[in-house]
Amino acid sequence: MSRIASTFAQLAAAGRQALIPFFTAGDPDPASAVPLMHALVRGGADIVELGVPFSDPMADGPVIQRSSERALQHGVSLLGVLAMAREFRTVNTHTPVVLMGYANPIERLGYERFAREARAAGVDGVLVVDYPPEECEDLVACLRSHDIDTIFLLSPTSTDARVAAVGKLASGYVYYVSLRGVTGAGHIDTADVAGQVQRIRQHVAVPVGVGFGIRDGATAKAISAVADAIVVGSRVVLEIEEGGAAHGPARVQAVMQEFRSAMDQTGD
Amino acid sequence: MKLYDLPDARGHFGPYGGTFVAETLIAALDNLRENYLRLKDDPAFQAELAYELAHYVGRPSPIYHARRLTEKAGGAQIYLKREDLNHTGAHKVNSTVGMAMVARHMGKKRVIAETGAGQHGVASATVAARYGMECVVYMGAEDVKRQAQNVYRMKLLGATVVPVSSGSRTLKDALNEAMRDWVTNVQDTFYIIGTVAGPHPYPMMVRDFNSVVGKECVLQMPEMVGRQPDAVLACVGGGSNAMGIFHPYIPHESVRLIGVEAGGDGINTGRHSASLSAGTPGVLHGNRTYLLQDENGQIIETHSISAGLDYPGVGPEHAWLKDTGRAEYVAVTDEEALTAFHDLCRLEGIIPALESSHALAQAMKMAAHMDPEQILLVNLSGRGDKDMATVAAHMGMTL
Ligand SMILES: Cc1ncc(COP(=O)(O)O)c(C=O)c1O
Repeated sequence: MSRIASTFAQLAAAGRQALIPFFTAGDPDPASAVPLMHALVRGGADIVELGVPFSDPMADGPVIQRSSERALQHGVSLLGVLAMAREFRTVNTHTPVVLMGYANPIERLGYERFAREARAAGVDGVLVVDYPPEECEDLVACLRSHDIDTIFLLSPTSTDARVAAVGKLASGYVYYVSLRGVTGAGHIDTADVAGQVQRIRQHVAVPVGVGFGIRDGATAKAISAVADAIVVGSRVVLEIEEGGAAHGPARVQAVMQEFRSAMDQTGD
Repeated sequence: MKLYDLPDARGHFGPYGGTFVAETLIAALDNLRENYLRLKDDPAFQAELAYELAHYVGRPSPIYHARRLTEKAGGAQIYLKREDLNHTGAHKVNSTVGMAMVARHMGKKRVIAETGAGQHGVASATVAARYGMECVVYMGAEDVKRQAQNVYRMKLLGATVVPVSSGSRTLKDALNEAMRDWVTNVQDTFYIIGTVAGPHPYPMMVRDFNSVVGKECVLQMPEMVGRQPDAVLACVGGGSNAMGIFHPYIPHESVRLIGVEAGGDGINTGRHSASLSAGTPGVLHGNRTYLLQDENGQIIETHSISAGLDYPGVGPEHAWLKDTGRAEYVAVTDEEALTAFHDLCRLEGIIPALESSHALAQAMKMAAHMDPEQILLVNLSGRGDKDMATVAAHMGMTL
């Protein structure tokens, strides 16, 4: 079983949901990445999504755009991010690591080399924002041959046919983007999310995570009642922006603790 | 004549093009594609479009024999397709009129656009005023400073101009920001992309609307000189004016198609915008195409004296035409373009856009090595009124 699948299996057995933080690797500087990953795990993260910075983050709001720009000022590359993942793995062998980013750095490296190096670095899953299922059959095949899961996005506007198509290709989990818009925007409607997750589950066998717009423990708790995982991006990145290299790790650990304890509370 | 029917149903031109966007945009693009394909075959829509092009844009644009320029070049005859005479002063209006009409048929009340030099922003603000729609134009903060006149022009036309301060603060960042707006407001908003780039169906749709240029030439040239030209030349930023004049000529195999990119300070200096001449394939802004990028796949900053060519990508159909050899792509430097700019001003009484001056420069270079019986047709994509400050600054003056 893959590290992602066994993580979800253990959580399900305990009746818990996965807490998945996202941050941009190399923000505020390359040396902070691994300490931040460990701090997130200490605070209660079950899976870590490591953002690969890109010069043109079309699907991201201002918070994650700024984090990407900070990382790029340090020249952080896809290979550099893989080196961070590898270093994390020398200490932590149980927490799944998922790379999240845009297509072009992967196109540039080449699918086969990317898959091989990602596997060697202990990466478990890959989510590419601008590869919808119809454009990445070759990459999915390549990643699969190296036992790496491909995680796909689903949105409120995905038709049932598309959800089913994603269900056929997806492994690890799927990521339901609960808002129309970019990362960090707007407000989340829990009842709406519940209905959408139910619809997705009719077509998709893997766990369903929900993200975009989850910024506090109360929302995390409400969403985790209807989904298998919650993904927290902009809130984590904001803590890193404000805390910097010195205080970032302590602050993201505290945020994870806030979310974790809210999610694990029973009743209201 | 060989059949050319690209893109395929999923928007691919060979390995290029496609729909590389986040899932949140797929439904909007599907919806746009379905509506566009329906309207494209709807005689009532086509009649409405023809009326607008004739009475609002001022089509057909004439073809002009530039005799004194020909004399100076000393060889092949140079003819100009006068897109500079269109309403708003460039070819951009051909597609903004078309897309605004599609937007209206789709019931959208708000249009957005990205712009570099401001020409596409002006053309979008113009049609938004014409059809009574709200218009928001995203423009890199750097470009807002450089193109104050066009910013004011857009405001006069009732548009809101939003300066974009992320990334390199230029055209590519404005495009990112417009995409972010679209994904957020997709219910009531139509995105008018300024060139033959972006995700499917944009490269096809913008090409189709600009193809009126080439279709007219295919009829006008035989009427005027009894045959088709030996070569058709156009500048290539994103590539819409070039695709517009190339596309109807693709089946005319004896006609060479030559795209002219912005060589900036020279390709070897690294300060240029010549993605086809000096770039490598990758994925940006929703499609796979040639890009100017570093070894890690980050998009790099580009340079050209003409803001309209200052873009690190290029429409995917050009990538395909390059690989297949059906079209050829060359680069012309800032200096060469400026020389051609001044030549056209002084010899023909026509002030061309700096973008179009790149195509002119290449035509003059080529003409010199050709016979007087041969014919070059240049797409004069726009007029140079917008470039007064840039040219003056280059000559050491401020206006
Ligand atoms: C007059 C003119 N020509 C050419 C261009 C370049 O665009 P494209 O390559 O899409 O024709 C522009 C863009 O602003 C323009 O204003």
